[in-house]
Amino acid sequence: MSLFAEAFAWLFSPDRLEGGNALPTAIAVHLFYTFVSLLIAAVIAIPIGYLIGHTGKGRELAVGISGAARALPSFGLILLLVLVIGVTQKEGAAFTAFVLLGIPSVLAGAYSGLEAIDRRIIDAARAVGMTEWQILWKVEVPLGLPLLIGGLRSAALQIVATVTLAAYIGLGGLGQYIIAGLRLRQFDQMLGAAIVIIVLALIIDGLFALLQHVVVPKGVAAGRATDTRTRSSRSRAVA
Amino acid sequence: MTWVSNNLDLILELSIAHLRLAIAPILLGFVISLPLGWLAYRFKLTRGLLLTVAGLLFTIPSLALFVLLPPLLGISFLSEANVTIALTIYAVAIMTRSVSDALGSVDPAVRQSATAVGYSSWRRFWAVEFPLAGPVILAGLRVAAVSTISLVTVGILIGVQSLGYLFTNGFQRRIVPEIFAGVVMVVVIALVVDYLLVLLGRWLMPWTRQQKTVRPPLERVPLGPTASNTLGGAR
Repeated sequence: MSLFAEAFAWLFSPDRLEGGNALPTAIAVHLFYTFVSLLIAAVIAIPIGYLIGHTGKGRELAVGISGAARALPSFGLILLLVLVIGVTQKEGAAFTAFVLLGIPSVLAGAYSGLEAIDRRIIDAARAVGMTEWQILWKVEVPLGLPLLIGGLRSAALQIVATVTLAAYIGLGGLGQYIIAGLRLRQFDQMLGAAIVIIVLALIIDGLFALLQHVVVPKGVAAGRATDTRTRSSRSRAVA
Repeated sequence: MTWVSNNLDLILELSIAHLRLAIAPILLGFVISLPLGWLAYRFKLTRGLLLTVAGLLFTIPSLALFVLLPPLLGISFLSEANVTIALTIYAVAIMTRSVSDALGSVDPAVRQSATAVGYSSWRRFWAVEFPLAGPVILAGLRVAAVSTISLVTVGILIGVQSLGYLFTNGFQRRIVPEIFAGVVMVVVIALVVDYLLVLLGRWLMPWTRQQKTVRPPLERVPLGPTASNTLGGAR
């Protein structure tokens, strides 16, 4: 357990605030890559996801893409793109990899958010004379928001993990301490950095979880609460 | 692509090592997540606790977990056990939730009927609930298997040989086909294992063969009142 003490000693040493690889800079770089990539992935994937969810066309394609993406090794994808696009443009190559890895989760979140809506609600919206555009913006988007945020949440975590690996190509961020530590056998530095990465991931996850709760429309939240209560009492009666 | 044809032996050898590394976490994850998933399904207290912990564990980036586990468990950083345990943790984190969801999806009426005809809770679990929960458990197992196979590659950073070797070696030597071969082989192994799991599921759960879950495209039928009713009901 003394390694943990050493890791915290490394973490809170004043040296961490100095030099080119200072810890705050690394955290900032890590967050910068994560959120810029997430933003680009969202801009690309949300409209496509909404199109699929609203029209119901191309659903198999979206399922296929999100399924196949899980099999794609992110570490290999980064290294491949860096070599193909060019080592001199490794930032661009890395961004491309992060965006590609983020897209499937956001896409799945966007279309499943729309797909999970009770068809009768959409029919009702159409029946009261809403245009397709109004149905999308006033009915489907608000109701699908929690699942969309869920998609963004898993994309963000996927990207945070991949940015860590990208330190291998010299991209900076928090992974650099682990990669350098492995070469130099500096376990205190590796563990200290791992702790920061884990805390960062947990905070991002927590913020998205909070957001997921907040965006549930008021009426839906009330309806959902009664729903769960009925269901749980039934299963209790059975068990 | 001459690199690939000159190094088929290496690719094959690494593929076998890769598959060997991936199998233990998938099997262990399945075995461990069954009782955990049951606990998460059965009791409200353990449900909140287990699903929260599973969610948090799944949040941890793989490289950080490889670094965190050795001092916690007293194993070597550069050991195969490190990779196996880390990937087992991810598999358990994925499958505990799906086992719990799967057991929850069993029709309560069926469960009551089993109790009524005299099944003990142990027998009822294995003879009724577990098989009926099978398709959803299988879905979780497939996700866990595919992501495990893909994550094994990260182990190369702590020196555990797998197809990930083609990534780092190919990067250092600037050989694009080498990395490409690695990526393709990982995806191929993942897809083959996924397909084998589907076949295994069809063999073990013959009743699922009929209801091939092709849902009707939602908007193909012009939505008259009757059509929309049927579609609403179908969901």
